[in-house]
Amino acid sequence: MNKYTERLYNGVIKENPTFVLMLGMCPTLAVTSSAINGLGMGLSTLVVLVCSNLLISLFRNIIPNGVRIPAFIVIVASLVTVVQLLMQAYLPALSKSLGVYIPLIVVNCIILGRAESYASKNGPLESVFDGIGMGLGFTMGLTIIGLIREILGAGTFFGLAFLSSIKGYTPATIFIMAPGAFLVLGFLVAGMNIVRKKMEAKGKPLAEPAGCLSGDCANCGMSAGCTGKSQAAGKSE
Amino acid sequence: MSEKYQVSSSPHVRAKDSTSNVMLYVIIALLPAALFGIYNFGYKALILILVTIAACVASEWVFDRIVHRKNSVPDLSAVVTGLLLAMNLPASLPWWEAVIGAVFAIIIVKMMFGGLGQNFMNPALGGRCFLLIAFAADMTNYASSKFEAYSGATPLAMIRNEGLSSVNVMDMLTGKIPGTIGETSVIAILIGAIIMILFGVIDLKIPASYIITFAVFMFIFGAERFNMNYVVAQLCGGGLMLGAFFMATDYVTSPITPKGQIIFGICCGLLTGLFRCFGANAEGVSFAIILSNLLVPIIEKFTVPRAFGVVKVKEAGKNE
Repeated sequence: MNKYTERLYNGVIKENPTFVLMLGMCPTLAVTSSAINGLGMGLSTLVVLVCSNLLISLFRNIIPNGVRIPAFIVIVASLVTVVQLLMQAYLPALSKSLGVYIPLIVVNCIILGRAESYASKNGPLESVFDGIGMGLGFTMGLTIIGLIREILGAGTFFGLAFLSSIKGYTPATIFIMAPGAFLVLGFLVAGMNIVRKKMEAKGKPLAEPAGCLSGDCANCGMSAGCTGKSQAAGKSE
Repeated sequence: MSEKYQVSSSPHVRAKDSTSNVMLYVIIALLPAALFGIYNFGYKALILILVTIAACVASEWVFDRIVHRKNSVPDLSAVVTGLLLAMNLPASLPWWEAVIGAVFAIIIVKMMFGGLGQNFMNPALGGRCFLLIAFAADMTNYASSKFEAYSGATPLAMIRNEGLSSVNVMDMLTGKIPGTIGETSVIAILIGAIIMILFGVIDLKIPASYIITFAVFMFIFGAERFNMNYVVAQLCGGGLMLGAFFMATDYVTSPITPKGQIIFGICCGLLTGLFRCFGANAEGVSFAIILSNLLVPIIEKFTVPRAFGVVKVKEAGKNE
């Protein structure tokens, strides 16, 4: 496995942002009321993530360390504005149903997290693949949650009649409401934990959930201000 | 002679109560309301009660098997949960929706938090509220009452929409009204409550503080202020009596301290009053009780009784 495919595997499976790192919970819970919403949100985050990783990686030697976070945010915000305007122009329905969560991609912790922990330390091509991997992992997570919630809560599959075509079936609306998001996410994370245990038993451990992204304090950019250095799983958000 | 001086470790006095005993008393106490529900709503109610109990017991047994826990079905708590859940369902509910509610109540609300004694919320009410949000239309369809004169809206909804004169309080007492299977007859519920009090299963702290708080709240803030008839109709309508005597008194999800129990009852009463007066629905007992369930750890923390013989010492510099 070369380092590019390793990045893809890392983003989709090993450090899946939704089920393993538990990053970006706000859009994960809020917009996944249907599969198409989850897919749309995931893909727009993917586009922003890939572009921001590329730009930040290109500029990583120019950006002064002291103002790197504002610089990252300016880059991400410009990209999000582009995506938002494009969506309003070409996908008005999706843009309307995602609402405020598109501009909120600016503060999505996956994007800032990848910028901080990967793109600002690695070359452009690796960073692009890291962005694709993470973006695909996020898209996959959101689409799966959206799909399950939509099937259970509305009885449809990407908007097509599915369970709802069975006579006498009433969809459980709770699943497209807020409690359903927590229930579905909880069960999926529980399922992921079973997978993690099996992988560990096989000797192929997945990443620890919600810990430092690298665990390497000496080379960590946040080391100066980090208060959790002694703890093994100091949360770096 | 020496036998008299042998002292074993405490406890020295044991009660004969066991979990299954207590649960059996609750089941017996629920029977009048259940039988009246079957009389009122017909064989559909009987089927629904049996299906719900079976689903609760089966999911408890299956979960115990899957996680290799000791089989907890013999403690009868799953039967009580099933029966209570069925009491809270309209007789016209499709059976598979009742099964989903039962599985949710047992697996998610109770077993996933560690089984009986560990659940943070009354399982039957958790199941009911899940169904209420999931299948709102089916859960509020009370059309199948035996008494034609009242088919359709529940008395609470009628009081809210058409005023107090549209309901007959006598019928609400006996239970000749539409509603969920077990909530309609106040008399049947009170018989059950007396059975439980006589057998020492519950005491009056929670139900009394709940009902009194609710009555006072309705007297002052209700749609028809300072009208005793309105308060009585509100007391007899909906799930208030069933909730106050059978659900709020659940050992696991109510405070253990006497003061805490009264505070818990007041919380339930205030929330029920708030929901009924100012909420979107005419009924609010189940949400009020499960919200108060969530407050129980905090209530218990602040009502720990002073240990006998211990004097509270004021610590310097520490203002509590």
